[in-house]
Amino acid sequence: MPENNTFSYGRYLFSIIFAMGLNIAAWPQPLAPFNPNWILLVVIYWVLAAPDRVGIFSAWTIGLLTDVLTGRMLGLNALINSLVAFLCLRLHKRLRQYPILQQGLFIFFCLLVSQFLIFWITDSQTIARASYAFWLPVLSGTFFWPLVFFSLRAIRLFRRIR
Amino acid sequence: MSIQAIRYRTIPIIFCPLWTFYLTRFIFEVIVINPLFATGPSINTRLLVAVLASIALLVAERKSSQLDKLRSALSMITYPIQSITDWPLHRSKETLESIQSLYNLKEENEQLRQEQLIYKSQLLKYEALEQENIRLRALLEKSFKLGEQVLVAELLSVNLAPFEHVVVVDKGSRFGVHTQQAVLDAYGVVGQVYRALPLSSEIMLITDPSHAIPVQINRNGLRTIAVGSGQINRLLLPYLANNADIKEGDLLISSGLGGIFPQGYPVAIVEKIILQPNKPFAEIYATPKAQLNRSRELLIVWKSEAPIPLETQETEQTDENHAGK
Repeated sequence: MPENNTFSYGRYLFSIIFAMGLNIAAWPQPLAPFNPNWILLVVIYWVLAAPDRVGIFSAWTIGLLTDVLTGRMLGLNALINSLVAFLCLRLHKRLRQYPILQQGLFIFFCLLVSQFLIFWITDSQTIARASYAFWLPVLSGTFFWPLVFFSLRAIRLFRRIR
Repeated sequence: MSIQAIRYRTIPIIFCPLWTFYLTRFIFEVIVINPLFATGPSINTRLLVAVLASIALLVAERKSSQLDKLRSALSMITYPIQSITDWPLHRSKETLESIQSLYNLKEENEQLRQEQLIYKSQLLKYEALEQENIRLRALLEKSFKLGEQVLVAELLSVNLAPFEHVVVVDKGSRFGVHTQQAVLDAYGVVGQVYRALPLSSEIMLITDPSHAIPVQINRNGLRTIAVGSGQINRLLLPYLANNADIKEGDLLISSGLGGIFPQGYPVAIVEKIILQPNKPFAEIYATPKAQLNRSRELLIVWKSEAPIPLETQETEQTDENHAGK
């Protein structure tokens, strides 16, 4: 797969910024708990699509920016992003052969790990009271993965195929 | 990363644009060019470095406030994303307002004029009462803090984290906003400044589960603490005994204890009281007075540090003026 020909920094940065916008978009109140971690999904996509360009440190830096953007403790999303990027780098050769449903299982696992890390590291009253709703972004993220995957692939390959 | 950031931080704040530019370029390089260990260590080593750096940041932020400057610098990059996200909703609201019919506008204008008249007349009375209050307090030899300054800040319609009731406004430490300032709207207490960044600040609402505000019942002065419930229209009063003198419909005002919220602003109205004879405390719910999910303009309050002196000639003079009127 000729990734090097199809990687564009502009599209990469645009997709990251767009995901950051989606992450903090104000959804209507009953739907707000379903808002998944778009940034993580986009990072996963780029690590799988261009593992030679987007690596652990890129994911870490994006995570740090996410922390500032969403007002978390500095380092929380950086830790999550770098761990997930590591998993994707380890398995990217296999994952790219998988059908989308099987990929979805892996994404579910990654999102679950990320949510567990938030659960353990954050000592907020908020999470204690949120109960099951706290875990909804894992499900919705898995649900939105095909959308992210196909739209980002369309963006990446748009008028680039040689 | 942190070493680099510290080096950039030491450049004086006067060169702030330059400084932000350097930081932006550094971040850009890390994201795009990925210069660190371009061909070097395995991904295991990279993961180790990243994880150690993250843990160092997490621990450092708990232990000291040094990282606030790093956060402020990075917020220069993230603030544009927040304002872009806010833009479509903001725009659509403005458009809706501009295509309202003339009749509606006239009607609204008339209504606002009447309201203003009523408020002005109430304010006249309030000034007299305020002077009387100061005089009476002087008799009791108690100091009295008064005269807050306010700044109007506009809400950005972004949602930082799904379960936290934290909102972002477009005024930050550039305007002198600092943490732990009280925030009001036209109807009551909204919350407090949780984090002040250069261009924006994060405001924790009184309904956030980790927020508590000292209140007192306006009717009899009974003091207690109102804790956020995580629902936008509900506060909890968990520390009142079953036989406490509280009724449904009582107004709760800020008591001024704790030093963050100025005294005497309306906070909530008691909504429901469930007595629990087998437990030490009753279960009491209150509805916030502020329109937490509707207000778009918020007031950030500066308290006057110096209490008003007990007996001055100025107060006497103004008293005479009032008497003259």
